[in-house]
Amino acid sequence: MLDVTEAPTETQFEFITFSSGEQSFCLEITQIREIRRWTPVTKLPHTPADVLGVMNLRGAVIPIFDLAARFGFGETPDNERNVVIVAAAGGTTIGLLVESVSEILSVAKSAIQETPDIKSEAARQAILGVISVGENMVRVVNLDAVLVNDMGGGV
Amino acid sequence: MSMNSIRDTFFEECEELLEALVEGLSAMEENAEDMDVVNAVFRSVHSIKGGAGAFGLNRLVGFAHIFETVMDKVRSQEIKVDEELMLLFHRSGDQLADLVEAARDDREPDAESEAAIIKELDAHLGDQPEEEDFDFAAVTLDFDAPQIDLPEADAGPSLRRFNIRFKPTAALYANGHEPLLLFDALAELGTLSVKADLSGVPDFDAFDPDSAVLDWTLALDTSEDETVLHEVFEFVDSLCDLEISVDEAALPDVEMLPEPQSMAEAHGTPDPAMASPPPETRPAPDAKMTEPSQKSASKQVAPSRDEPRGPKPTLRVDLDRVDRLINTVGELIINQAMISQRIEELELPAVAHLTNELEAYKLLARDIQEGVMAIRAQPVKPLFQRMSRIVREASEATGKKSKLITVGDSTEVDKTVIERLADPLTHMVRNAVDHGLESPEKRVEAGKEAIGTIRLSASHRSGSVFIEIADDGAGLNRPRILEKGIEKGLVPPDTELSDQEIDNLLFMPGFSTASEVSNLSGRGVGMDVVKNAVAALGGRVSITTSPGSGTTFTIVLPLTLAVMDGFVISIADQTMVIPIASIIETIRPSRRDLHCIGTDGEVISVRGSYVPIVDVARNLGLSGGARDINGGVLLLVSTEGQGLTALRVGAIHDQRQVVIKSLESNYGAIPGVSAATILGDGKIALILDPDELVKLHPGLHYSPPASPPRMELRHA
Repeated sequence: MLDVTEAPTETQFEFITFSSGEQSFCLEITQIREIRRWTPVTKLPHTPADVLGVMNLRGAVIPIFDLAARFGFGETPDNERNVVIVAAAGGTTIGLLVESVSEILSVAKSAIQETPDIKSEAARQAILGVISVGENMVRVVNLDAVLVNDMGGGV
Repeated sequence: MSMNSIRDTFFEECEELLEALVEGLSAMEENAEDMDVVNAVFRSVHSIKGGAGAFGLNRLVGFAHIFETVMDKVRSQEIKVDEELMLLFHRSGDQLADLVEAARDDREPDAESEAAIIKELDAHLGDQPEEEDFDFAAVTLDFDAPQIDLPEADAGPSLRRFNIRFKPTAALYANGHEPLLLFDALAELGTLSVKADLSGVPDFDAFDPDSAVLDWTLALDTSEDETVLHEVFEFVDSLCDLEISVDEAALPDVEMLPEPQSMAEAHGTPDPAMASPPPETRPAPDAKMTEPSQKSASKQVAPSRDEPRGPKPTLRVDLDRVDRLINTVGELIINQAMISQRIEELELPAVAHLTNELEAYKLLARDIQEGVMAIRAQPVKPLFQRMSRIVREASEATGKKSKLITVGDSTEVDKTVIERLADPLTHMVRNAVDHGLESPEKRVEAGKEAIGTIRLSASHRSGSVFIEIADDGAGLNRPRILEKGIEKGLVPPDTELSDQEIDNLLFMPGFSTASEVSNLSGRGVGMDVVKNAVAALGGRVSITTSPGSGTTFTIVLPLTLAVMDGFVISIADQTMVIPIASIIETIRPSRRDLHCIGTDGEVISVRGSYVPIVDVARNLGLSGGARDINGGVLLLVSTEGQGLTALRVGAIHDQRQVVIKSLESNYGAIPGVSAATILGDGKIALILDPDELVKLHPGLHYSPPASPPRMELRHA
């Protein structure tokens, strides 16, 4: 991922950063369709705790996941700043409940570091890489992994 | 347009042409003398051949050519159509369909059957024409003969003058045809004189460049046959007014046309071998253009000049576009419901005109929805036509004689329903011939016609589509079915079943009555598959039978898959929808009808029989507070796995049409839930699937693992 030979004018990537389970994450802006305020959803029977239910997004029925619960941090605490990030990947559209959205981050490709070699296989799959922003480390969410993990089993 | 998409269009057209072919062939069965019908059949085959030629599908061209040639002999009345030939035509039609399909899928077609049919068709080409030629030549006129074996030996003598009146419609130009090219083609056939009628040309300021104002009168002296002339105009046939007539007065030096009359008279009796209507005499000189010469019709071909036969203008639209439109209209309906609800919440004074406008909006939205749905609706005709082949093949394979009668084939059903109905219907029709009808001997014994009848009918009744497959066979053999059911372990040996229950055993998985596996049945597909397929379309199948006079299977289907009638119910604290089609009745239970079995089994007595109660909230894993044995409403449903079951729900709020939204596209299947819909308040309500719901019954031993595997995932 580190590519020092590239010119300094290399393409900038834009990310939206948000916090979930008291950690910083981000998603590439091209994957995000919109960001909505949290509204109560319709619960689905026989689903795990991280599936909050389904929501009406202009006529499409989209499932909403609690990202924190999905990453094993426990439920996202109820909070006025809670938002749903509507993201699309591979033809499916999903909503991710996160604690709050922070900012738009514009970084060069070279600023994205590989995921440090951590033990948890699941964690490594869910994260594409990390970006360091000041004192903070922002984790780049692998949306496909979030989707696949979910879709693969139940269907 | 890429070559591939043109190719696709060709195959789409082929399907239509094959439909027309099948239709024409059945019409020919009724009346083989009707030249319009024979021509229509010929044209279908010919158009397929033409298109196939353009794509280098030589095999298809070859077969179509032979088929067409025989057909041509029929329309020139050289061959008389008998039952045997009709059957051959049907089989040729089937073969042509197979070849088209094979060409489309780039497969090798079945050479054996093709060769067999070609041989039979050839037989009709080989022998008969000569005989008939001979007859013609001997009995009627010597100049008729050369016309029959078309080009050769037909030099000068039969030079005739054709008067052609050609008036193109605007559509002809719009489709990119050029009259000049047509005239060029005519000019190649002989000496052509063209006269344009300019009287229709308006003043310059009134001139509309898109309109067709010209018509032409052409005179062609040619030795070619009238058919050839028609071929020139083949592609513009429906786009113009075309009259072709033989001007018998114009070329007196050629052949004496009045002669046949005198000859026929001289002979006294017309020869019976001459199948054509006797050439009616008509003073030739006034061969009016409006009157196609009957002589030419009797000799070769009736010109297809009846405009109504031309195809209705249609539009080919990508299905995706229609589906997107349907989706959007679904949104509109939901949006309208939402607006209504919001306005109600405002509690405006009753005088506000808004209510009227809102009502109008609602009606308009409904109209649009119905209109859009109608785009997807298609007549069941092609589906029914396909069944005639099934009946034919099934009859052949079983040695039974049967005919298919279709009723109401203009009934329109959603395209998807038609597509997904093809397999179940094929199976049922095949069953009707195989199991339903008796052998010809037995039928005669029973005092029936040796030929069995399969009646396929479709109709709209109270918002549903009814499709019936009826045979006039022996009816269901109930003792035999029961015996079989016991033998297969589907029912305990000592059960007493009602007639209807016995009939329904047919739909049980693993049931098959055929004691020996015939060519047709025993393919591992039972009526249970049919039932499931129909259920998947939101429909149901039922049987009525009367011993000795036949069995009728009735399929009841919803009109469309996009919208459904449902009860809006509450379960625990959630609003859900249950399809009305699945509900037999609703019961508000009284305490004395409810009984407990074991620790948590509950039954209700419904007119003397005990029906298990399934608590919907509990099966869905929703904790809806304490269970109240008195509360709630019971919905009596008939389920696949468990027969009659009463579903306990909180309350029924409303009955309405809901737009069905798939859950699977973005999430996946959820047990007990078939889809979702959006209610007036914008919230999503789940649509329940009673069959699956009951299977989740915690008290039943065959229920799947209580929690889906999905549960494990988050810890992975």
